[in-house]
Amino acid sequence: MDAESNRRVFALDRALNNMPVEGVTETVPTYRSLLVHYDPLKLGFSELSDRLLALLDQPDIAERASRHWRIPVAYGGAFGLDLDDVAKVHGMSPDELIQRHSAPRYDVAMIGFTPGFSYLRGLDPAIATPRRTQPRISTPAGTISIGGVQAALQCLAGPSGWHLLGRTPVRTFDPQRAPVFLIEPGDTVTFQQIDAAEFERLERLAEQGAAVAELIA
Amino acid sequence: MSTLDVITAGPLTSVQDFGRFGVQRYGLTPSGAMDRLSLAAANALVGRPLSAPAIEIGPTKTVFVARGGPLCVALTGALRFARIGDDACPLYRTFTLRDGDTLTLDAARKGVFSYLAVAGDLTGHATFGSFSVNARAGLGSPYPRPLRSGDRLAFENVTSLPDRSMIPPVFGEGDIRVVPGPQYDEFGKSAEIFCNSLWHISPTSDRMGYRLEGPALTHAGNFNIVSDGTVDGSIQVAGGQPIVLMKDRGTTGGYPKIATIISADLGRFAQTRPRHTLRFVAIDVAAAQQEARAFHALLQSLPDRIRNSA
Repeated sequence: MDAESNRRVFALDRALNNMPVEGVTETVPTYRSLLVHYDPLKLGFSELSDRLLALLDQPDIAERASRHWRIPVAYGGAFGLDLDDVAKVHGMSPDELIQRHSAPRYDVAMIGFTPGFSYLRGLDPAIATPRRTQPRISTPAGTISIGGVQAALQCLAGPSGWHLLGRTPVRTFDPQRAPVFLIEPGDTVTFQQIDAAEFERLERLAEQGAAVAELIA
Repeated sequence: MSTLDVITAGPLTSVQDFGRFGVQRYGLTPSGAMDRLSLAAANALVGRPLSAPAIEIGPTKTVFVARGGPLCVALTGALRFARIGDDACPLYRTFTLRDGDTLTLDAARKGVFSYLAVAGDLTGHATFGSFSVNARAGLGSPYPRPLRSGDRLAFENVTSLPDRSMIPPVFGEGDIRVVPGPQYDEFGKSAEIFCNSLWHISPTSDRMGYRLEGPALTHAGNFNIVSDGTVDGSIQVAGGQPIVLMKDRGTTGGYPKIATIISADLGRFAQTRPRHTLRFVAIDVAAAQQEARAFHALLQSLPDRIRNSA
């Protein structure tokens, strides 16, 4: 899950976007591989492979200016059921855990599994925590969690085996809003701690279609 | 305005077309009909585009009532008794529902999904080019969830058609064909076991995935990989048990994938009932693509297979 592999995935994705190959229908960038969906009626596997290998050899000309987002998070308590336990595991105070979690600028290494579920690279190794042995059947919309060396920003409610640190009112996916998807794979995010009252205020704005995430670069 | 009112529907009944594409990079899965051939056949019979939205009906008893003007409809897919009032209604043949007619589909006897297409425009709106229901994402039209009692589907520009029928189209038979998956090599001996064993489809299967019951498989990395992308028909193995990812799959996953069901056989696989037994046979990518072309040709030939049955 190193940064270099992920960077090469995005470089190939951009190259394919800049020089489209007839028959390629869509791509899914992930940590260290690019899934290329294609129409076999228009394009053979070996022909596609040759085209992609040629693109890999080209210099990465189109380094995209990735966008940087500030994501508000209410930590602990009912917002983050595991915050205290994870802090204890690492022998630190909940405040220090929050500080270490909200300090880095994370890379959105991939978006997948469910709509808007953003896998983040850049977690402080000091707070890396093995996944729970018993996954939860349901975790709330907007869950902010960590699992192993990864961090996540989850949009929809769903099952999770990761540790829940907080919740954000930001909806990375909202079919009623334009744009439907807020964050692109390859963007970066930083977390900013908010209190329960601010969460409620932003939650109401988000319900009406506001992004409530701040684009800071 | 003519409508179909839902009186009874099981949890696997929803509006589906060929699915929405282009947004898997944001985690939104395509969804779409579990058995595209049967959907396309129903649409062809009522003169609709092959990929138009229709009602995908699960295997349990399902009842509709027609309201308003007559609706010309066709029912395809799973083998089951269907009737209008007390009159038997044949599959793969157009028939007309008049105001107040009750259409009853008994539980499926063979296969899982039926498709009910109407000669008219379903009222609703497409999201990313599709009406397909994806309940988890809150997408689909006219209801962003499976159909249930009390729902009303409205149709505009309804047309009447002569009585016409089609011999049910069939694609492939016997073993389900697969190509090796991206982590195939990491399964060692288990890769052989996978192809040489009988598998049962678990009753917990749904539009997200079909679980397979059979011999335990082993994986060199203890079933963990760095998450990567999935496709329809990906067979991922979590904790020794395979699960075939279907139309509402997650777009990425952290479990190794031993094989992929070829696209041409996926509808036939989707129609396999829980507890039934099946076997997989591996073919190469070139052969799979040949099958994809043959499947596409069969789809395109559907309108020509229709016969007036006066």
